[in-house]
Amino acid sequence: MGTVFSIDVRDPDVGEPAIDGVVQWLHWVDSTFSTYQPGSEISRLARGDITVRECDPQVRKILDLCDDLDRATSGYFSAYATGVLDPSGVVKGWAIEQASELLRAAGSANHCVNGGGDVQCAGEFEPGRPWRIGVAHPLEPAQLAGVVAGNDLAVATSGTAARGQHIVDPYTRRRPTALAAVTVVGQHLTYVDAYATAAFAMGDRAQSWLEGLPGYWALGITADGAAWRTSGFADTAITPSATSLR
Amino acid sequence: MKRIVLAFFGTSLGLVALLSFKSHGHPVGAGAALPSAALPGTNASPSTPRASQSTSAPPNPSSTPASRRTIVGDAIETQYGVVQIKATVSGNKIDQVSYVQLTAYDGRSQQINSYAAPILLQETLSTQSANIDTVSGATYTSEGYIQSLQSALDKAGIK
Repeated sequence: MGTVFSIDVRDPDVGEPAIDGVVQWLHWVDSTFSTYQPGSEISRLARGDITVRECDPQVRKILDLCDDLDRATSGYFSAYATGVLDPSGVVKGWAIEQASELLRAAGSANHCVNGGGDVQCAGEFEPGRPWRIGVAHPLEPAQLAGVVAGNDLAVATSGTAARGQHIVDPYTRRRPTALAAVTVVGQHLTYVDAYATAAFAMGDRAQSWLEGLPGYWALGITADGAAWRTSGFADTAITPSATSLR
Repeated sequence: MKRIVLAFFGTSLGLVALLSFKSHGHPVGAGAALPSAALPGTNASPSTPRASQSTSAPPNPSSTPASRRTIVGDAIETQYGVVQIKATVSGNKIDQVSYVQLTAYDGRSQQINSYAAPILLQETLSTQSANIDTVSGATYTSEGYIQSLQSALDKAGIK
């Protein structure tokens, strides 16, 4: 399964080289962290061919991050959810957030990076107009469950809408079924994405857990189509609304 | 400036492609050039694209720059259905992507097809609702889409 990244830079004076840098970064991340490539550092590490100390420092950083997230989510985010080392659940969000930082360092204050439906945006879409991110409805093709608007937002959705999504409840080792999708909004995609993954694994317990997380807002759609939102979702720069595309 | 990158997190295909899109391109897959561009379950009538519409004209060799070509990718059969992609290319950039074929062998696959083409979903949603810049959703990927698109890129000589 591949992932498509789109990079939308709104600053007129930021050119191709900045985007080229992001593209190189994404390819580097892929080749280092891919669990599907036997020669990647993460695969060699999982097999015990090399130690963490022999890996790129970023690998160590990701493993530390996995430990932090494991604790922060009471174990619902686990790099060992499937029984073998697989930090993919945090790598994508982190790579996208870092891509945004690379663009910022290259002089871009206004951009949006979307990797397979996980979004980090900075600044605004155009002067005076914030970024508007549609949340795909997991059960109604081509419809939105809501719209999130704001500056410097991170939005991630975990769910079953697409084949190939293999979130596993680390406690039961089974695929969670209570939620069709959960969307988490915050500022930093690394955490937003990992929390969305953990919340999806939590199922019925996700709403109350997310309610207790300051700085994060969430929208859940249960398997039978009911929607819930954490309080404060509408009180921030975020303006969710039911939007139909038809 | 907007660029779509196909990279392959966790893929065994070993396939990496780099695609460029114009910032306000034609709604991908929703183009009126081919009836088969319509996805099941979606309203594919070409709705109001915002801003510039520089790539909206259907491919017409007599009126487009000489370097602009339309390349049809291989039809890829997966266990879920058949996917075939058509790309319109100017130089090293892809202006337009649409479906030549998109079939589903079962209802679930038909439902998933609505999500399976990430570029389509993203660009179509962006354009149709006029106020959406991008879309968050559960990872929507399609091996068939990627393989067919890659074959089109290979034919176009795009690295």
